[in-house]
Amino acid sequence: MDDVFELGGIALTSRLFIGTGKYSADALIPDVCAASGAQVITVAMRRVEKGSEGIVGHIPEHMRLLPNTSGARTAQEAVRLARLARAAGCGNWIKIEVISDSRYLLPDGYETAKAVELLVKEDFVALPYINPDLYVARDCAQAGAAAIMPLGAPIGTNRGLRTKEMIGILIEEMTLPVIVDAGIGRPSQACEAMEMGAAACLVNTAIASADTPVHMAEAFRDAVRAGRMAFLAGLGAERSGGARASSPLTGFLHALGGEHADL
Amino acid sequence: MDISINGSTASLEKECTLEALLLSRKLNPAVLLVERNGEIVPAGTFAEVLLCEGDSLEILHFVGGG
Repeated sequence: MDDVFELGGIALTSRLFIGTGKYSADALIPDVCAASGAQVITVAMRRVEKGSEGIVGHIPEHMRLLPNTSGARTAQEAVRLARLARAAGCGNWIKIEVISDSRYLLPDGYETAKAVELLVKEDFVALPYINPDLYVARDCAQAGAAAIMPLGAPIGTNRGLRTKEMIGILIEEMTLPVIVDAGIGRPSQACEAMEMGAAACLVNTAIASADTPVHMAEAFRDAVRAGRMAFLAGLGAERSGGARASSPLTGFLHALGGEHADL
Repeated sequence: MDISINGSTASLEKECTLEALLLSRKLNPAVLLVERNGEIVPAGTFAEVLLCEGDSLEILHFVGGG
């Protein structure tokens, strides 16, 4: 089945994006990349520390880097980080993350939309991490975002699609791709997001914190693919008020109610 | 000569380039993102940047993140 996801001028065949945070050993990352089939991988930027090697050496070359602006509390700080990332030569994609709430790490919609506007003017492919709020999503779209990335649950919680209703509204109302980011804890939840019509899922913690990240990456690969195929196939309607038999209700071995079929 | 590196003051014995500073601290210039006095220093030009008294450097790199 040919199913290409066009994002920022690139044709992606995988709709699973993965992260690089929280692995017990960064050396697992190449195998996770292979098992997940992902083509896009997020990284963060931080001040260098003595003895720290950084993450880039662990990322296979075929992966497209998606730097995030985590640590930014304002649109201006996000712009500064985005420029640094681009100057490092890793392309013009940027996951815009503007957060000043340290307990729940919820994104600041106003500053995020402002950052989108500033960065699109500088020719970035802007991918904003947002609360699943229709007005914020529209502001981001208006500002030229390439997709929107609403959260399913707070970052790193593995709590699943707690915001399912709101994400459903974004999928229905927005023409931009909706990439569910944050909170997805199980492959079944990624599958559900894809069945709903999400364009892609970004999964980090659920893979990195699994007992066997490489196997979990494979599980997410299959779940995202299954959910996507189900969406494209078109889910059958739900019914209530009694069963609807799938098998014929005539021609039973022991005829019911005096029914006899003539040969 | 005093400069600021990631918010801390550092004393350099003699004039040096940005690249020499990074190498002296066992950092790999190829994976670093550097701002000097708020301006981005493009990758590949670190050897051309001569550090001056009072310079403020921000030296970042990519780390794991989601």
